[in-house]
Amino acid sequence: MSGDTSTQSPSVVRNLIIIGSGPAGLTAAIYAARASLEPLMIEGEPSSTSDQPGGQLMLTTEVENFPGFPEGIMGPELMMNFRAQAERFGTEFITEKVTEVDFDQRPFLVKVRDQEYRAHSVIVSTGARSLWLGLEAEQRLIGHGVSSCATCDGFFFRGHHIAVVGGGDSAIEEATFLTKFADKVTIIHRRGELRASKIMQDRAHANPKIEFLWHHTVTDLLGQDSLEGAVVTHVETGESQTLPVTGLFVAIGHQPNTDLFKGILDMADTGYLVTQPGSTFTNIPGVFACGDVQDHTYRQAITAAGSGCMAAIDAERWLEANAHA
Amino acid sequence: MAGDLVNLTTSTFDEVIGAADGPVVVDFWAEWCGPCKMIAPILNEMATELSGQATIAKLNVDEHPEIAMRFNVMSIPTLLVFNNGDVQKRLVGAKGKAQLMQELDEFLPSAP
Repeated sequence: MSGDTSTQSPSVVRNLIIIGSGPAGLTAAIYAARASLEPLMIEGEPSSTSDQPGGQLMLTTEVENFPGFPEGIMGPELMMNFRAQAERFGTEFITEKVTEVDFDQRPFLVKVRDQEYRAHSVIVSTGARSLWLGLEAEQRLIGHGVSSCATCDGFFFRGHHIAVVGGGDSAIEEATFLTKFADKVTIIHRRGELRASKIMQDRAHANPKIEFLWHHTVTDLLGQDSLEGAVVTHVETGESQTLPVTGLFVAIGHQPNTDLFKGILDMADTGYLVTQPGSTFTNIPGVFACGDVQDHTYRQAITAAGSGCMAAIDAERWLEANAHA
Repeated sequence: MAGDLVNLTTSTFDEVIGAADGPVVVDFWAEWCGPCKMIAPILNEMATELSGQATIAKLNVDEHPEIAMRFNVMSIPTLLVFNNGDVQKRLVGAKGKAQLMQELDEFLPSAP
């Protein structure tokens, strides 16, 4: 049915295309490849500021809560392992970004610029990307003191005073990691308490290099060629002060990567895709969604991987039931 | 020029940049950087494809921090494009192959 899938010839109709290569997409690929579906994985394009192959863990440090690694493992290394495992069973990879999908026609059409790929089923696992502060100076100073990747850039701030913006697990994890290099790390948070898990909070409070600036948001960034300070404003009093930081790491949350699917797949007001409860089915039969792109509740590597496994099984059974496999 | 990626060190950096005939792209990277790992295979491909037109090189910032400091690298991956010994372009952050090729285009000898 699927014809020759051993080449990247666009005219081939495949069983399954997976869009996005974080824990969800790569787990789906491992399962689908082992089920002989010969999946094509369009894994995205490298980026340090947006979504990228491997997903959010590519920008993280030590992952301590992924089962099977009692001593912890570095995020990028974990994802390279996922990828190698998917590759081992015959997943084909394209390191580019999908530019357009057409799920009205069957087989489904997935476009990467002018290249067209067709498949009977599609798994959407495009995940979520980090939010930036949205300040004018921010984009100019990315790579010159402003960063969303502590693992990548912490090294360059040995002995400096730096700030981390945010109050969730990733903010606290970054702040803790950054104390390896920095003399002082100020966590700037708009609330008066952290959202982060208890263990991360305890660790941050016990770290003498970490201090907290509660009820503040960053309202401006100073410096032309490199960061010289961050203007922070109290959310209630409106009073501003300048923190003399040379590094600023942003960890204020994520937004789902669903722009490609607007008007095509059902999504919530927040942009997250809607799946049928207890499954990975979207509103279009044959299109499945898994991982953070459809999960605003748990957002863990392990839950993403679990739902990726579900998507592969859902796709496999759907293909069988519809005589495509 | 061979089609291989050149590994630079503090002691070979100036010599390689100075002696190069055509543009040199230097990738500042480290083992612990996820996005650096993602672009490594792309740079290998580019080294082969641009053989004879450009030199693709990399510098490990962990082992050679003085070179990273000299060029004010504060984020990796950073790609610096050198031509005639001077920095002509600074590309901060990982990018896809199509975009990297486009950024390099102006430095390559024009097609006949």
